[in-house]
Amino acid sequence: MTRRNGEKTVSPVRPNTRLPARHSGYSDKIFSNLTLFFTIVMVLILAALVFILTKDAMPAINKFGFAFITNRMWNPVTDIFGALPAIYGTLVTSLIGLLIAVPISIGAAIYLVELAPNWLKGPASFIIEMLAAIPSVIIGLWGLYVMVPVVRNNIEKWLGGHLDALPLFQGPPFGVGFLSAGLLLAIMIIPIITAVTRDAMKAVPNEQREAMFALGATRWETINKAVLPYCRTGMIGAVILGLGRAFGETMAVTMVIGNGYKLTASLFSPGATIASTIASQFGEATTGVYTGSLIELALILFGLTLIVNVIARTLVWRMTSLKAAKK
Amino acid sequence: MMNLQEHGQARRKFINQLMLVLCGTAAAIAILVLVLILGYTLFKGISYINLNILIQAAKPMGQAGGGMRNEIFGTLILVLLGCVFALPIGVLAGIYLAEFANPRVAATIRFTADILSGVPSIVVGVFVYAIMVMPMHSFSALSGGVALAVIMVPVVARTAEESLRLVPDSMREAALALGITRWRAVVGVVMPGAMTGIITGIMLGVARIAGETAPLLFTALGSSFGVQGLLKPIGSLSLIIYKDALSPYPTDQQHAWAGAFLLVLLVLGISILVRWVSNRKHN
Repeated sequence: MTRRNGEKTVSPVRPNTRLPARHSGYSDKIFSNLTLFFTIVMVLILAALVFILTKDAMPAINKFGFAFITNRMWNPVTDIFGALPAIYGTLVTSLIGLLIAVPISIGAAIYLVELAPNWLKGPASFIIEMLAAIPSVIIGLWGLYVMVPVVRNNIEKWLGGHLDALPLFQGPPFGVGFLSAGLLLAIMIIPIITAVTRDAMKAVPNEQREAMFALGATRWETINKAVLPYCRTGMIGAVILGLGRAFGETMAVTMVIGNGYKLTASLFSPGATIASTIASQFGEATTGVYTGSLIELALILFGLTLIVNVIARTLVWRMTSLKAAKK
Repeated sequence: MMNLQEHGQARRKFINQLMLVLCGTAAAIAILVLVLILGYTLFKGISYINLNILIQAAKPMGQAGGGMRNEIFGTLILVLLGCVFALPIGVLAGIYLAEFANPRVAATIRFTADILSGVPSIVVGVFVYAIMVMPMHSFSALSGGVALAVIMVPVVARTAEESLRLVPDSMREAALALGITRWRAVVGVVMPGAMTGIITGIMLGVARIAGETAPLLFTALGSSFGVQGLLKPIGSLSLIIYKDALSPYPTDQQHAWAGAFLLVLLVLGISILVRWVSNRKHN
């Protein structure tokens, strides 16, 4: 993160080394052009991805137009497809994930930066980052066999018993559904939100804390009034970055959401996200419009994550470049 | 008056204590979740691990016995293919960004790499299906490798760039002052200095793609006939875990746990190795 703005932190000597050396001949040209070529390949991958997805989604785009996004039907028999339930599922599960993950992540980051004894900081960060390395399919396996029964028999029963005035918590407890998917998403985005928030908090200069302590503030008051406001931008960036992850998460969600394609207020109900719909149906798609609809879903998912990631990167960049400027 | 002030103090102290405990609890929850998932997977998985799992081929769905030899091979082949495609692109793009690009261009390309690494892996799978599986009329190990490479390229490029930038400019100047050409300086002096970092990045990429499932669903597809060459479908540990986890047969579910054990061992092993290598470098 801190090296993001390399061009701002490099020493003033740097530009000289960028000039071609005096003895450079053909070999130098060949080498630098070779590296340029592979860089262009990398950029072209992204360009090709956008182009190909748009082209192959055309059968669906032509047939349904804008109604694709607002239609709630998904009927392979009549070849009529709408993305609304999948978009709704993606948003709802990601929102549940954020609601649970954000307080835990920010609390954990505060602990890691401000409170933990020095010997514990490294290992504790490491353990939380390990959570990000566990493959999605394994989180899904654990979710399906360990978490879903608990959700069905305990959490959903309790919520249904005590909070059933809300439509969110009505309906039979299936176990698999929006709630389980949201819980797994929370687990999967805690590491990234924690790590980025931690880096943002580390970027807060110590003078901020010292000034607050000198006024007689308690530790929490220092954190709350001097540290958190200072790194708010970075924290928002971290949360949005987590949201981007949640949008695109596929395997774990597909395994516990129950794959019911419907629009319903109940969080206990089986549902679908954009990613889970593609994962579970792409192999069965036969007609051009069916495949096109699934590819259009992929395009929508790409667009959503693109917007979210660009916002998040910009915010995190601003935060870390602030630190670079202060140095 | 005094009393009021004391009351305020007590309140502030109480809030302080409360919030600090809550933060500690949050960290404990995050760590506990990892321990729960990892502990359960390893504990449950190891009870189904035996020699047959490692050396036998899979039996038809629902039958007892059999192993995942082919899937272990498949994962290795797919990761290898991913590396073959991703390493030249990633490392050379990293060199371009760190050594040749002007800052404005570099910033744009870096941004592109970040966007590419943020593309959901299922979307990458659909993309590679469209450019390879459809024209070739067949699912294949090759297309699976390409899909994994697309995911790996930005990871390798960014870490390669960052570790090249950490090499002091005095090294570059010293090399150039000796009269050698730019490219010899980069390959012979700068790159060796950044090697630990570049290898760390490659291993991070390997750890990431070894566990990927979504991009393989419609490219490598999975296979019950073992490894039949690069142009035929191929299985992988991640694909078989997904398939077996959703199977109604208990023997298949046991295989899912055994596979999960192997995959966790592989992925976490690499991650811990990376951590160890980069820590040693910093010390």
